[in-house]
Amino acid sequence: MKNMMEVKDLTFTYSGASEPSLKSISLPVEKNKVTALIGPSGCGKSTLLRGMNRIHDLYPGHRYEGAINLLNPDEKGYTNILDIKKEAELIRLRQRVGMIFQKPTPFPMTIFENIAYGLRLSGVKKRADLQEVVERSLRDAALWEEAKDRLDHDARGLSGGQQQRLCIARAIALKPEVILFDEPTSALDPISTLAIEEMISVLREQYSICIVTHNMQQAARISDYTGFMYLGEMIEYDQTDTIFMKPSQKQTEDYISGRFG
Amino acid sequence: MELLFKKIAQLSASLVFVILAATTVVLYLSAKPAIQEFGAGFFFESRWAVEEKVELSPAELSELELLEADKSTFISDDFIEDEDDFIMDDEDFITDDDMESDSNESRIVYGALVPIVGTIFSTLIAMLFSLPIAMGIAVFLSEIAPSALAKPVGVAIELLASIPSIIYGMWGLFYFGPFIADLFGGNTVSLLVAGLVLGIMVIPFMAALSRDAITTVPDMLKESAYAMGATKLEVIKDVVFPYAKSGIIGSIILSFGRALGETMAVAFVIGGVYQFAGKITDPTNSIPVVLANSFAESSGLSLSVLFYLALILFVLSFAVIAIAKLYFLRGK
Ligand SMILES: Nc1ncnc2c1ncn2[C@@H]1O[C@H](COP(=O)(O)OP(=O)(O)OP(=O)(O)O)[C@@H](O)[C@H]1O
Ligand SMILES: [Mg+2]
Repeated sequence: MKNMMEVKDLTFTYSGASEPSLKSISLPVEKNKVTALIGPSGCGKSTLLRGMNRIHDLYPGHRYEGAINLLNPDEKGYTNILDIKKEAELIRLRQRVGMIFQKPTPFPMTIFENIAYGLRLSGVKKRADLQEVVERSLRDAALWEEAKDRLDHDARGLSGGQQQRLCIARAIALKPEVILFDEPTSALDPISTLAIEEMISVLREQYSICIVTHNMQQAARISDYTGFMYLGEMIEYDQTDTIFMKPSQKQTEDYISGRFG
Repeated sequence: MELLFKKIAQLSASLVFVILAATTVVLYLSAKPAIQEFGAGFFFESRWAVEEKVELSPAELSELELLEADKSTFISDDFIEDEDDFIMDDEDFITDDDMESDSNESRIVYGALVPIVGTIFSTLIAMLFSLPIAMGIAVFLSEIAPSALAKPVGVAIELLASIPSIIYGMWGLFYFGPFIADLFGGNTVSLLVAGLVLGIMVIPFMAALSRDAITTVPDMLKESAYAMGATKLEVIKDVVFPYAKSGIIGSIILSFGRALGETMAVAFVIGGVYQFAGKITDPTNSIPVVLANSFAESSGLSLSVLFYLALILFVLSFAVIAIAKLYFLRGK
């Protein structure tokens, strides 16, 4: 299987910090697979994820070393996204690598406009085109039935779980190649969590997914590969079954069996 | 203890309403003689303290105040009954009128139109001028400037917002007014200068409040817009402003109210003359300035007229704020 994205020897230092928060991290994100990142709080999972769409660059002064390669759209060769300098190319990158955050973040606009937003930004204007994408994205995010009668209502009127599915619908409306999830269910109840997990397993057929989670069962349920991080280092990366059944590192085993973290 | 605290809180809250109601009642009672004398015509009358001949046609007579009737030679018997209690209320009113008008066939006319128009236009100029600048400052401080710059500038803005308005007035009179007169011609005191000084005065106030509203937008929300491929401008336009809308509108309403009732800054630079500003660079007058300038030498009817004017200002501010709240913040 092809890697959609490859993090290679990435060292990342926050502006003003003396120590790097990521130390020589390597991680493949395979095409049409779910890759989970686990590890105790503060180990650098979010930091790694936020490097993969360069959202870190909204704030000045952070330093990257190493490479993050993204498969070219023609599937021939890779581009190192850390080489991107131009604002317009960063914007293009963020449309190709979508992100879902820890808490639902509906924009202050209607449900329809939330989902059409990314398309409008990239210049789609025809109402019919937008309508089609909005419906398809909402269906893919299992939100169509609940939302179809209130598309022109403020999105902030949805429940937390619905809002998070809206954010996913919003991201997939752009047809990204990779979707990054940073603890997408940590603010949700068990039922909404389950709905999102089911959705992720379906989304895998079309997208390559990298998900940070604190919930070990969740990683075991939905991911194909798992990386265990500790203190800014990638301790172990392997097939999820292997990581959970017979990890090769002592630290991984301790973490998974709940002895720390 | 908890109960005590609750009671105190309740008391302070109801105090606000008591003060509001008391103000309204006092204003109304003090304004009553003038309201009876001039009625709604006060709003459309542009003369101020001008003597006018009264023609006592029978039709007009019945519309005029009983007091006038009392002093007129045409006093009719039917009036006498009601007259008694009227005199009770308005004793000082009569003596005052006796002093001011020797002749029974003339009265002094007061009209609010000039100061009302002056107030509204100077406030509008102030808002048109301050709104874009204040929003620019607020956005710059909260979204664009690096924090090493945003912090000291933010503190400076807050300091500016707390400068007493009389200082803006003096600055306007001695430096800004002549400067504007050089630039646009006309007088060094004028509607334009008053509006601009007012505008400059409310800019820091509006900017500081709007900045506070904008900084409440969660980083994660902005980041999710960037993650969709938005540029900074798009994030500000589509996410930051709509999210902070109620806070920003609140800051505009507060600034509007402040500009509407501002006295000292305007008193120096508006001219204080009872005539319309034919050109924007002409001097005119505003309600708070009329009040401040005239209270010392007023009594009786002329004092009551000032209360009438104050009541208009009160209702005007109240209406503006109520309408703005209802219109912009409905559904909240
Ligand atoms: N903006 C920042 N500036 C400086 N250091 C930061 C910043 N954000 C995070 N860090 C540091 O980087 C390290 C990794 O943080 P990160 O948020 O990536 O952890 P995480 O694994 O996502 O933790 P959690 O599970 O709690 O979300 C931490 O030590 C943290 O203190
Ligand atoms: Mg995190």
